[in-house]
Amino acid sequence: MRRRDQRLIMIAIAAAVLVTAIMLTLVGLRSSVVYFVKPSELAEKAQSGRRIRLGGLVVEGTLRRTGTVAQFSVTDGATIVEVRYDGLLPDLFREGQGVVAEGTWAPGEAFAAERVLAKHDENYMPREVTEALKQGGEWRGGRPP
Amino acid sequence: MITEIGAFAAVLALALSLLQGVLGIVAPRSDANSAAMRVAALAGAFLVAIAFAALVVAFVRSDFSLAVVVGHSHTDKPLMYKIAGAWGNHEGSMLLWCLVSAVFAAALAWRRGTQDEGLWRRAVGVQGFVTAGALVYTLFLSNPFARLDPAPMQGAGLNPLLQDPALAAHPPMLYLGYVGLSVPFSLALAALIEGRADQNWAKALRPWTLAAWTCLTLGIGLGSYWAYYELGWGGWWFWDPVENASFMPWLAACALVHSAIVTERRGSFAGWTVLLAIIGFGLALLGTFLVRSGVLTSVHAFAVDPRRGIAVLVLLALALGAGFGLYGWRARTLGRASGFAAVSRESMLLWNNYGFAVAAGIVLIGTLYPMLVEAAGGGLISVGPPFFNATVAPILAALFLVLPFGPMLTWRAGDLGAAARALWPALTAALLTLAATLVASHGRAAPAIGLAIGVWLVAGGLVYFWVRLRRGEGGLLRKIVLLPLAVWSMSAAHIGAGVLTIGAVGETGFRSERAAALIPGESVDFAGRRVTLLEIGAWEGPNYSATRANFRVERGADVRTVSAERRFYPTAAAPTTEVGILSDFDGDLYLALGEPAERGSAAWIVRIYHNPLVQFIFGGVLLMTLGGALSLLALLRRSGEA
Repeated sequence: MRRRDQRLIMIAIAAAVLVTAIMLTLVGLRSSVVYFVKPSELAEKAQSGRRIRLGGLVVEGTLRRTGTVAQFSVTDGATIVEVRYDGLLPDLFREGQGVVAEGTWAPGEAFAAERVLAKHDENYMPREVTEALKQGGEWRGGRPP
Repeated sequence: MITEIGAFAAVLALALSLLQGVLGIVAPRSDANSAAMRVAALAGAFLVAIAFAALVVAFVRSDFSLAVVVGHSHTDKPLMYKIAGAWGNHEGSMLLWCLVSAVFAAALAWRRGTQDEGLWRRAVGVQGFVTAGALVYTLFLSNPFARLDPAPMQGAGLNPLLQDPALAAHPPMLYLGYVGLSVPFSLALAALIEGRADQNWAKALRPWTLAAWTCLTLGIGLGSYWAYYELGWGGWWFWDPVENASFMPWLAACALVHSAIVTERRGSFAGWTVLLAIIGFGLALLGTFLVRSGVLTSVHAFAVDPRRGIAVLVLLALALGAGFGLYGWRARTLGRASGFAAVSRESMLLWNNYGFAVAAGIVLIGTLYPMLVEAAGGGLISVGPPFFNATVAPILAALFLVLPFGPMLTWRAGDLGAAARALWPALTAALLTLAATLVASHGRAAPAIGLAIGVWLVAGGLVYFWVRLRRGEGGLLRKIVLLPLAVWSMSAAHIGAGVLTIGAVGETGFRSERAAALIPGESVDFAGRRVTLLEIGAWEGPNYSATRANFRVERGADVRTVSAERRFYPTAAAPTTEVGILSDFDGDLYLALGEPAERGSAAWIVRIYHNPLVQFIFGGVLLMTLGGALSLLALLRRSGEA
């Protein structure tokens, strides 16, 4: 095979790999991006079966456990949403504090969380939660982190 | 007093590193200037070392007149974590960054290696400006020596999650890698200024690139291992933006390590090697920005001062502006290209670089996309594991499919048929793995292909080792002793990549988990084991109190006990999880203790994970680190002889 043909083949393979990579990226960004919603946006923005992140404050006195299943309510000051989670809550989970739950939701059901993220340390609030609370008028802290 | 000496030393070091930069880049070339630059680099490194030592002393003595010590230390803390606390915070870690940069500048200044005078002084000069930039940022925007008046009696303590041996070593390793990439950057800029990136230049570049890559590999591995056993989530890699911030420079360093070989051996790829060196350091700076600016929501993002983020962006723009600007202007003057066939060592290394570059690009897009969407008013989103698993994994899989051919082919033009014939045992092993996994997992294609690729890499590495071993003279022992270090290192690194692939695919594809509420004495069956909660009790540690649960795990005739804890550090007012791990060759049983199931109930929630093949992940990282270290040793030995 001539040098020039060999080079053409290599360029063709490289282009094919690049096109595949771009396709994978575009499809991935369309299908696997997880949107963040506030409790008051849930009904409007959630499509059933699609993973979303729900963020807000855990309402005081709503945490109930049955076996390994934990149920609690999350609010942004406007709407309260019931969350159901089967598993260990993070170490920093507290009533009255910020939380992000990732999972799916369908109308008329509790939000089915597959992961629950609490803030990482006592001085830190997930940024999504801060946004949700500020928009809901519930933000009482100092300057946002 | 010691603190003042430290702060003063850091300011002096800034002046000296600026002098070093001016002498290397601006001043005319003369023996006197070169000698002065060398002295400036050495003295600068010594002064930053004094500054860093002063900070460590302040932490050890719990000097609460320093704001960082108050924020991140406590008199009750064990000595090891008092010392590690010096870099377990933003200000101290930036001073560590300066220290590494200054020490590398001194090493570069002291060891001229095979470089010619012109390239050498430019490189030392650029490195001086890199150190100066880091020192300006540290002293003016994150001064570790800032005082508090009046000094409080006690500090806030170090985040208990960070009080861990792996995490004490993680930041220095990662910084050795990040900042290690600044030396290839300096050498690349020197090549562009002088207008040559020849084989001697690449020879000087390779040890630095390898050292940076090796430290990055180990640093990322330590962080991953820490996340695995300390966070209690059962996972080892979360595609968190902070992890991506270190993964991107690592991918670039992987490419650079390989392209520098081509530039050294054949003189080809010179322009690309220079560009990669610039991009690699740019990604390391971007990583620093992402982690330290607070744009991310993560345990790492302790800097909440927006000025700091902007300052890092300015430094990033300066470095990339200088790098890309010089590249656009001068790239045509670099090196010569020598031809190669579509099947050759060169073409394989080209594919290697292409694969790593595309993977780094995808990770970059996935990491920055949420910030771009938010900045464009598109709301808050997160890009998580599903995206990266669906995009990065296929690219790396394609790269790994061709990898074993690379070492088997010769330079210029290789014999594909001969390589394929030599590799047939590896192909057989991979296909057998594919078939066996497909049957055992009832037809799950993705993990079966992944495992087969891992086996293909391991077996391919062994074949290469065997082929090279057979080529030697004399008996087996003599052959082993005489085998070049480069063969050992390449085999270890490539086999390590395969072992890591096996572990990553096995853990991600076949892990299982379940949660159970257990009363002491109660059992649960999981992953072929019977797990019994024996008892739960209180426990006192040096600076924490804990609830400890003891478990008995029966697997056939094999009976073992393991304990898991929830720890309460009074200084942090937050509990942490200490998981219990039972390791077998085929995977880990991983137990995390939760909270009481209901108020007043004797049952505790326990989460149990089975993580198959997880040791292979960390074993693979260690093998790759070993490969990097051996290769570095071979290069240093060679330059010592030269």
